[in-house]
Amino acid sequence: MSAAVGVPAATAAPAAGRRAGRTGVLGLLRATGAGGMISAVVIAVAIVLAIIGPWIAPYNPDLPNLSLAWVGPVGGHLLGFDFEGRDVLSRLLAGAQSSMIGPLAVVVGAMVLGTLIAVVSAWRQGFTDTVASSGLDILFAFPGILLAVLAAAVFGAGLTAAAVALAIAYMPYVARVLRGAALRERGRPYTAALEVQGVSGTAICLRHIVPNMLPLIVAQATILFGWAMVDLAAISFLGLGVQPPAPNWGVMISENQPGILQGYPLPALAAGVCIVGVVIAFNILGERLFEQAQAVRR
Amino acid sequence: MSAAGAERDALLSVRDLTVTLPVEGAQRAVLRDVSLDIRAGEAVGLVGESGSGKSMTARAIDRLLPKGAQVEGEIRFDGADVARLTGAALRGYRTKVAMIFQDPRAHVNPVRRIGDFMTESLRTNLGVPAAEASKRAASMLGEVGIADGDRRLRQYPHELSGGMLQRVMIAAALLTGPALLLADEPTTALDVTTQAEVMAILDELRQAHGLAMLFITHDLDLAAAICDRTIVMYAGQIVEERRSELLHSDPLHPYTAALGGARPDIAQKASRLRAIPGRPLSAFEAPAAACAFAPRCAYAQPACTESVPDLAALGGGRSRCLRAADLRGQLEAAHV
Amino acid sequence: MLLASLLIASFVIFGALYLAPGNPISALSGGRALPPASLHVLEQRYHLDQPFFAQYWYWLDNALHGNLGISITLQENVSSVIAARMWTTGALVLYAAIIILIAGIGSGVVAALRPGWADSSVLVSTAVTAALPSFVAAIVLILLFSVKLGWFPALGNGTGFWSSVQHLTLPAIALAISSLAIVSRVTRAAVREEADREHVQTAISRGIPARQLIRRHVLRNAAIPIATVSGITIASLIAVAAVVETAFSLNGLGAYLVQAAESKDLAVVQGISLVLVAAFVLINALVDVLYAVLDPRVALGSRAQ
Repeated sequence: MSAAVGVPAATAAPAAGRRAGRTGVLGLLRATGAGGMISAVVIAVAIVLAIIGPWIAPYNPDLPNLSLAWVGPVGGHLLGFDFEGRDVLSRLLAGAQSSMIGPLAVVVGAMVLGTLIAVVSAWRQGFTDTVASSGLDILFAFPGILLAVLAAAVFGAGLTAAAVALAIAYMPYVARVLRGAALRERGRPYTAALEVQGVSGTAICLRHIVPNMLPLIVAQATILFGWAMVDLAAISFLGLGVQPPAPNWGVMISENQPGILQGYPLPALAAGVCIVGVVIAFNILGERLFEQAQAVRR
Repeated sequence: MSAAGAERDALLSVRDLTVTLPVEGAQRAVLRDVSLDIRAGEAVGLVGESGSGKSMTARAIDRLLPKGAQVEGEIRFDGADVARLTGAALRGYRTKVAMIFQDPRAHVNPVRRIGDFMTESLRTNLGVPAAEASKRAASMLGEVGIADGDRRLRQYPHELSGGMLQRVMIAAALLTGPALLLADEPTTALDVTTQAEVMAILDELRQAHGLAMLFITHDLDLAAAICDRTIVMYAGQIVEERRSELLHSDPLHPYTAALGGARPDIAQKASRLRAIPGRPLSAFEAPAAACAFAPRCAYAQPACTESVPDLAALGGGRSRCLRAADLRGQLEAAHV
Repeated sequence: MLLASLLIASFVIFGALYLAPGNPISALSGGRALPPASLHVLEQRYHLDQPFFAQYWYWLDNALHGNLGISITLQENVSSVIAARMWTTGALVLYAAIIILIAGIGSGVVAALRPGWADSSVLVSTAVTAALPSFVAAIVLILLFSVKLGWFPALGNGTGFWSSVQHLTLPAIALAISSLAIVSRVTRAAVREEADREHVQTAISRGIPARQLIRRHVLRNAAIPIATVSGITIASLIAVAAVVETAFSLNGLGAYLVQAAESKDLAVVQGISLVLVAAFVLINALVDVLYAVLDPRVALGSRAQ
């Protein structure tokens, strides 16, 4: 990927670099081994359920029927009923949507902002970089959940406020991790070659640096999704995120928690298993992708 | 092979040392049939390129081989079988054989003070009380040319330059009163000026304390400068052993001649640098039944690729070349 | 640097008042209708007739003197509410920190020094527990140890020392469990890395006995990254404590923060947020100091990430 002397070689190299970035992602997936592939499958299933969940739910997830409250698995109700007599399985399927969309928004927000700041400060270096880095260091002081609680107090409880708050809280971490990679790319010979050819800074960043960082970005996004899911579920559990009676895995745990003490642990546990299962998948896949990204870099 | 009489006198005696390491699942040879003797007070140089096995030899002698290494052959120090030492006997051995490493900054613990580093072995293995150990350390620092020893002892390694740190390492090695020094490329990581200073100190102290030394380097001339005898290694085997002053004028192996010729002489005019064609082999790449150097050798003949030549005595030294006797006198002309 | 963080954080906390939809008065009152006298008190207290920065200054000044305003919902001084609940949260975080340090660092060291089944079991268990959010851990723990086994009480604070410890045990474990995994992993990696370093070879070549070698050259050096990660992890417990307190119905600061956020009692939210962020910054500062103490190469305040 390093630029050779001479114009034709220089224009060929970045194109090759870009191509390597794209096929690289699929190749990375294959290279993550058994753990990574299984995790990818689990994640794919979760995504599918998030999209079609409400439609394939066998029973109505929203209609309460108190006479059926806490009844265990029976007939077609594989997981029994929750505290308001609603079918647990249907609620889980319907809840996949809000449980996955929140983290998605957080990840998109944090990654876009973080990548932007990382690449800009790596490209400009000097004063911009110092200011950005100091700013990021300061932002680190705010734990994500705290910011989300603050947002809920100010703007009212809800998924939007929480997601925005978490995105802002995660962004410094993303920016810091990516800044290192961006600096490395900045130092590679092809950037100088492109600059000499008159390609603008923005174009170099967008068309060459970012695509070359893609394996790392994807890995980071995957790991981040897992964290966002945990934090958002926690916020919903606290009652400050998705509001009941909307189906959501975090909400379901808090709603059905009394059942544990009364001897009906299944609804809360089922929701917990869903959360943990998907998070583990994202963690494992994310870590594997991270390893691959490091290997590719070398 | 050295005469039986010499074997009796030798402080360190290595016989048919073969070491294999696990590399990607299989055991690969890194040393083959290495045999050498070092007598008390004698300085022997061990020269070779990367992968020749010179560092590995020193590590084998000091029992610092990586996990999974398999060792065949015998190493005897002062008559005792080194491989069988355990516990207190092994610790005692380690106070008598001291190793000086290549990169001082990596080999000294950065979070402990210099004084701690220097006196650790004295206090732990020889039971010397702390105050006495510090005194000895400070005075040894003086011997290696570091003034203000007491203050230095309280400093941390990052406060000292590379050259000073190497002198500290040498001083620390001498504190336990060893009989043998294993110096593994002690000056390679230093700049040229510091190199000269450290070499001078090493040479001076060695002679002053009457220590034997195995001096490992890739620089033929450096070894020849301070060692009485020099051993040349290639691909995990010894290919020549010679008195240092005869290395250039009467080498016994084409590889030695080529090494000597590859180094540009400042007094010479030349139009190209002479490099040995091909690349140096590691021990595990060496063929099992041929001379390892044959592919790169200007004097190779078909017989050279049929079996591994023996290390034979010749003219006061040893050579692992089938044609050594024939080529004597011609090899010097190989490097102009 | 950390002081700047604290200042900026307090600014954000205060400024949240203005980010709220509507005017500051409605935000402070949480949308409730208040009698004019109370409104007047609020205006006075928050100096709402003054420019923004002056208001910020008054608020900060008051905060530093221990006056954090009045809770709309409880009609009490925020500071006294905080003081009452501080100990619960503090004890919970301390308890969890102890668990993390002993179990996390301990398992990491064992895994690094004894490869084989000990190592594998630590790796597997940390992979599982790393993904366990504290509220899920909470319900599992309540199910297992409270309901099924009856070893620990499920909810509430308990009175008296031993009762409190009992009541805090499950919450502390729930709080510690996912952080434990990270600390264990990092410890294992750090110890393995240190064991491979060249200066350890030097010590071996001098015949230093194995126990002393591990203690003085491997563990001592590994302590640097281990301490850093442990410190950061413990600092982050402060935020997650809110979730655990809610799950176990403990009357700590975190639980109260959540309730105040739900009822839009902004003064309380601001007050508790300020205290929590200050604690967070304080712990980070301590980690910086510890790092400089452990690593003589590093000057204070320049902790490399």
